[in-house]
Parts: sequence; C-alpha cells; structure tokens
Amino acid sequence: MVKLTKENSLNALVAMTLLVVPFIALAIDEPFYITLATRVAIFALAGVGLNLALGLGGLVSFGHAAFFGLGGYAAGILASHALNYEPIFTVPFEVNGTTEMLIIWLVAILVSGLAALFIGLFSLRTTGVYFIMITLAFAQMIYYFAISWPAYGGEDGLSIYVRNKFPGVNTLDPLSFFLIAFCVLMLAVLLVFVLKNSRFGAALQAARQNDERLSAVGIHPFNIRLTAFVVSAMITGLAGALYADLNRFVSPNMFSWHTSGEIMIFVILGGVGRMFGPIVGAALFILFEFVFGGLTEHWMLFLGLVLLVVVLFARGGLIGFITGKVRHE
Amino acid sequence: MTSALFIEQLLNGLQFGVMLFLMAAGLTLVFGVMGLINLAHGALYMVGAFACATVANFTGSFWLGLAASIVAAATAGAIVELVVIRRLYKRDHLDQVLATFALILIFSEGTRWVFGSFPLYLNVPDLLSGPVMLPGGIQYSLYRLAIIVIGGLVALGLYFLIAKTRLGIRIRAGESDREMIAALGVDIRLLYTIVFALGAALAGFAGALVGAIQSVQVGMGEPVLILAFVVIVIGGIGSIKGALVGAILVGIVDTMGRFLLPMFFQLFMENAQANSVGSALASMSIYILMALVLIFKPKGLFPAHG
Repeated sequence: MVKLTKENSLNALVAMTLLVVPFIALAIDEPFYITLATRVAIFALAGVGLNLALGLGGLVSFGHAAFFGLGGYAAGILASHALNYEPIFTVPFEVNGTTEMLIIWLVAILVSGLAALFIGLFSLRTTGVYFIMITLAFAQMIYYFAISWPAYGGEDGLSIYVRNKFPGVNTLDPLSFFLIAFCVLMLAVLLVFVLKNSRFGAALQAARQNDERLSAVGIHPFNIRLTAFVVSAMITGLAGALYADLNRFVSPNMFSWHTSGEIMIFVILGGVGRMFGPIVGAALFILFEFVFGGLTEHWMLFLGLVLLVVVLFARGGLIGFITGKVRHE
Repeated sequence: MTSALFIEQLLNGLQFGVMLFLMAAGLTLVFGVMGLINLAHGALYMVGAFACATVANFTGSFWLGLAASIVAAATAGAIVELVVIRRLYKRDHLDQVLATFALILIFSEGTRWVFGSFPLYLNVPDLLSGPVMLPGGIQYSLYRLAIIVIGGLVALGLYFLIAKTRLGIRIRAGESDREMIAALGVDIRLLYTIVFALGAALAGFAGALVGAIQSVQVGMGEPVLILAFVVIVIGGIGSIKGALVGAILVGIVDTMGRFLLPMFFQLFMENAQANSVGSALASMSIYILMALVLIFKPKGLFPAHG
C-alpha cells in the first residue's frame, strides 16, 4: 500500500513539478526549458535503471554507460538505415531499419539486456572493487570499439536527421516528446516500485544485506542479482534510445566513463535506493549545469565540490536530507 | 614484416608496460594498505606532467622538471589524503568511487582554469634524445629505452623498500592487520599519508616521463588510469608483483595487438577492412585478456591475501 508519508508527498511534488515545468515554459514562450525538462526526464530514467541495481541490489556498476550507449546506438543505427533505405543485413534474411520509436525501444531494450546478461555473467562472479572495475572495463571496451569501428561514424558519431515516429503523436513538437519521455519515466518508476515490493525485490534486497542467509533459504543470490542487473540495464538502455532521439545524434561519448559517473551522480544526489531519487538527482544536475554553466565554463569544478560535500557530509542525498532515514515498516 | 620492426614494437610494449606499472603500483598499494579505490590517481599523473612541463619550460632543465613532478604530485597527494581521502577509509566503495570521481572533476577543471585547454609541450632532454643502436643493428629511441631502465630501477627500488626497510615492514603489516599495528604503537594515520603520497609521487613521475613523448593536457590521466585498473585487476588487487606482471602483460598485448592484428586480418581480407577489424579488435584486446584472466583466476594472477 502507498501511505501518505513525507517521502511519498515529496515524490508526488517532484513528479508534478517536472510535469508542470514544460507547460509553463510553453506559456511564457521559452521552449528551451522544455528541452531541459526532457533531459531531466531521460537522465532520470537512466538513473532509475541504475538505482534498481545500485540502490536495491547494492551492485555498484560503474559501467552503465555501456547500456545507455547501446540503447542510443540501437536508435541511431536503426534510424540511419531506414532513412538511407539500406537493409541492416541481408544474410540469412533481410532486416531493414525503422523509424518507429516503439520498435526501436524494443530493440534497445533487447540489446542492452543481452549485453547486461553477458557482462553480468562475468562481473557478478566478483564483488566489491573487482565488480566496480570490471563493469568499468567492459564499458570502456565498448567505448573503444565504438571509436575504432568506422561503419557508424566512429569517433564522429552518427546523426539522426529526423526524430523517430511514435503512433498518433507528433514527436517533433518538443512538448509531445517531453510527454512521451515523462510517461516512460513514470512507467519505469512504477515497474521498479512493483519489483521492489515483490518477492523478487525482497530477495534482491536480502542479497545486498546478507548473501548467506538468502542462500540458506534456498534462493541463489547470483540469479537474483543477474536478473536485477539485466532489468536495470534494459531501463538505462531505453533511456539511451530516448536520449538519441532528443539530440538526434549519438556519439561514443555516450559510452564514456564520465557518462557512467554522471548516471551514478543522479542516483546519489537524489538519494540511493529512493524511488524518486534519480529524478531529483537528474533535476539537480541539470539545474546546476544550467545555472553554473551560464556563469562559468568551469562549472564542473563546482559540481565536483558539491558532489564531494554530498558524499562526505550529506549521505542519503536530497531526499534523505528532507525526509530523514528510510523507515522499515 | 622485419624482425627489427617486431623488436621495436615489443620494446614499445615493454616501455608502455613499465609506465603502467608506475601508475598501477600506487593504486594497488593504496588499495592493499588502506582498502581504498582511488579514481583520482590519474589526476596525480596529470599534476606530475604539468609540474614537469611548467618547471622545465621555465628553467630550461628537464631534470629539474622531473624533480618538480615528484614533489608536486607527492604534495598534492598528501594534501588530498589529509583533506578528503582520510574520511573515506571507513566508507563503502560506492562513497570512495564518488568522492574520488568528484576529485577528478575538481582537478581537471582546476587545471584547465589555470593552464587553459591547450596542451603544453615538454621536450625530451638533450642527453636522452636521438636513437640508440641496439645489438643486432636495431635503432631504437634512447628516451624510450631510458624509460624502460628507469621503470625497472623503480620496480627494484620498490621491492627493496617493501621487503627490506622498516617502512616496508609497516606497510606490509598494515596490509594484513591494521588494528594490530596501531595497537603496537605505529602511527597508522601518518603511515597512510606516506603510502598515499608515495603512490602519488610514482604517478606524477610517470606522468612527467610520458609527458615528454605525448602532449601534456587536461584529461591525460584518465585513459591511463583505466588501463592501470585493468592491470591491477589482472595482477590481483593489492599485489605489487601482480602489478608488475600485469602491467607488462597489458603493455605488450596492447601494443602488439595494434601492430599484429591488422596484419593478421590482411591475410584473408581486403586491406581497408582488415585495418578496421584489426584495430577495433586491438583496442578491445586487453579487456578480453582481463575477462579471460578473471574466468580462470577470479582474484587475479597473484591474489594479495591468500
């Protein structure tokens, strides 16, 4: 049951604010803010994905950029083939590109899920620092591959000339595209919420807290973690596909470890393991970039200082700061 | 392919490996002794390179620059340890990753603020410039050869420091049981600062040496940092010996992969395609190596604690 706690009220406020901002932006004729809100929604979606692995499962993945990028490239590659009327491959059967978002999303989810299955099979055998470094290394591997593989633009990236289509919606209209991203975000939050309160979620959180006890009741922690890692990657991959459509451009930078770090920052600034933490975190990040980025080109320096202070002194992120510790009912 | 070219590439791989060892040694020491994962190690490498380039350009002496790189990196390391890192030892790895990631942002943007975005140039010292004739009639860059020798000497020095000196005994004791050596009256906080500064000095030294053959610029430490992580994962986190073996393995596999794989694919492909497949695969080779090592040895080649 959803109770009217301080955190739930805050969550509702956060969601409402994010939803209302673009309409206000439209009313005062500042369409740029709609794009900012869309970026918040998409980054938050990537964070919601990571939060499932990191917050609930305690899996500190430093390689979620891999899935973000794969989702982005899935969108970019499918769209570029469709726009150039070239089949993606012809043997053993012909597969064509597409500009339908729904199909692109499905492919992005599948590709990131498969990649996560593969990466997870290796990396989840390890724990602690090894896990952090191996997820990082796998992401770097894909990053260097994307840079040195010339077929899809290599280092220069790949442009999508026209934003992809969604049935019944004009995606070129910024507000409509924002609403698509917002709906996807809310569905993902709902999915994570349902998962968290399911048997699976209980097992996942138990795996974070005490491996041995979980094994003792007959549940294999590895399978639980792997499932969480794959679902988490799928959500982040979907965010990557949306991000590609927002910018109409994908580049190997989506795979870089700075992206992994940023996705992690969204989760931390908001509050690890909080359902709406990534939304708050992404909003803070974008606001910060917007405000300080306007003042100085060295805004990353201040981001670093803020992040340092949050990590050292304000554990629990903004939501933790406002609502206090997580209550176990 | 001539054997001279092959040997030259092999030496390049060795030189790269030695460089990686200087980075990886600090990382693995800091992890082994303090249990800390330090992403900001690449920033100290950058500090060393910038200090060397600035001092060398100002005084005209590369050697003064080299000394400055060690001093600057060790000082920066000690300050960072006292102000930030010290608070992280008892935290989980997530906090360590985030805080040191924040340090990277601060160091990179701070350096960009002071020095601008343009790379600085650092010339190879006159004493070591030009080629040298190796036995067998192979010409090789004297500077690169010097790096290999210096790296070997540093590895030897580290071995003696850790195996034979009192400080080394304390470091090893700190690795196995930190409460016990604190109880025996060793100032563990000072020891940690020393170890961190030592690692930083090695990183800064590496940065200065490499700065003379590459450009000195913001962000130069990050690719090296990630390779150094691969090195210590392969070698076994916390093990200096593992770092040495892992570094040379990674250096040689990476360099030889870039050299040999395109040629290998040319045997049965068109040139252009072979080059792209070969170089794409080469850029992934060390990560594949790491995955293979971890399948058979999940704790690396030389696990530090049993």
